Amino acid sequence: MILLQCLLLLGLIVCAASLPFIKRLLTTAIVFMAYSSIMAILWVMLESPDLAITEAAVGAGVTTVLFITTLSRIRELKGVDDDDRT
Amino acid sequence: MLEHIINMRFEIAAVFLFAIGFMTLLHPNLIKKIIGINIMDTSIFLFLAAAGYVDGRTAPIVTGLGADPSQYINPVPSGLVLTGIVVSVSTTAFFLALTIRLYRKYNSLNLDKILLLARKGKEKV
Amino acid sequence: MTEPNGRFSQWLRGETDLFDEARSLILNQDGVPPADPPKKKPKRRKTGAMLHRRYTMFHILFVTSCILLLALLLSAVMDLPTFGDPYAPSSNEVSDRYVADGLEETGALNAVAGMILDYRAFDTFGESTVLFAAAISVLFLLQHRTDSHRHAFAPVTTNENDLILQTAVRISFPFILMFGSYVVLNGHLSPGGGFSGGAVLGAGLILYGAAFGREGLSEKLPPERTSRITVICLLIYAALKCFSFFTGANHMAIEIPKGIPGAILSSGFILPLNICVGIIVACTIFNFFLLITEGDD
Repeated sequence: MILLQCLLLLGLIVCAASLPFIKRLLTTAIVFMAYSSIMAILWVMLESPDLAITEAAVGAGVTTVLFITTLSRIRELKGVDDDDRT
Repeated sequence: MLEHIINMRFEIAAVFLFAIGFMTLLHPNLIKKIIGINIMDTSIFLFLAAAGYVDGRTAPIVTGLGADPSQYINPVPSGLVLTGIVVSVSTTAFFLALTIRLYRKYNSLNLDKILLLARKGKEKV
Repeated sequence: MTEPNGRFSQWLRGETDLFDEARSLILNQDGVPPADPPKKKPKRRKTGAMLHRRYTMFHILFVTSCILLLALLLSAVMDLPTFGDPYAPSSNEVSDRYVADGLEETGALNAVAGMILDYRAFDTFGESTVLFAAAISVLFLLQHRTDSHRHAFAPVTTNENDLILQTAVRISFPFILMFGSYVVLNGHLSPGGGFSGGAVLGAGLILYGAAFGREGLSEKLPPERTSRITVICLLIYAALKCFSFFTGANHMAIEIPKGIPGAILSSGFILPLNICVGIIVACTIFNFFLLITEGDD
């Protein structure tokens, strides 16, 4: 059990650490959704099922959908985070 | 020392996530900033919920009258985190609306470029 | 025995080249690969030293300050009480009272739901207000203007040829609504409650709105109606809690029947409050989606 928790925490840190370095913005939204889902599993391991349902519905459901909707709204869905794009 | 680190795994992971979220917050792209704020929020929720856990006890759903509190975890941090998650989604929606307005006016998601364009606009006036 | 005459055997004997056809497709007549089209280098506008990728003082200070923050927080975390300690200072008599007397005083089997909707209902009211304030701010920021006429919700884009999405949504939407309502109604008996159920309902409504567009929505759920529903539910929540404050402050012992623990219709006001909170969260999330997707710029 402790090993599984340590592996999931390591997965969380890897997901979060990769976010500043991803170029495409759609990929950051999807990695954020994966981060939220791993967090929901961790809530179950901490014996809080209320938080697990809420985080799964809100983090992986609503927040990611709002991100992708915003990106498609400003037509930056294929946008690349580039410093010297004019 | 290693024993202690493995025992405090949740708190240490929460601190690492907080620092990583802070570094993402300082990135010039606006969407990355919003994601950085969200990561900082969830790391604090992890820290709070880990403060309420007690070894060997179960979730706070009682089965009948006269429940024994020494069989259930502490329910108070759970309630705080529930409120926090809803506030987090509210602020994310608000930031996204601000991002859409900024993009409509300056046509860029890079905060440095937006500040330069804004300053140039002010100088012309 | 005749010699095998396949292309591979011919190649083995040195008579043909296996890659003749492919080579003729790629190379020029002379047998050299065609020159690459000249790459257009994006012009770097000299807009300031900040935008160039150099390791400036900013980067050094940024990395140093983050490492300092990390070291400070880690040294503080090491001194905290051990994780999972039953004698930690954070589990005191308050949490014992909530778990031990929760069922008698609130009637809810779920101690967390009983705590946030009965013992600490004022915090939940503040949180619903934060959600409402965010919805109003997003409404102001993203209003759709056509010339001088300003109205809040512009037409949502329709996808006429998204047959797969529409069929899938038609099948799964009733089940999503059913699951969301189940989570809301069973908030006081099992894990769940107003927020989780409301988020599931809101996500289901977003799915419906994304698949069917404005025409599908305007018959079932006109977007202007959700704002009104949000306000009405918030006022109902305030009225219920004001009733409790009023009777408690004036020591009027008007008992709300707690019911049998374990039944759906039990635990006094927690069931109506859960329903109100669920509807508020669902409508607010659906409003966010509608405001962000607009028809045209």
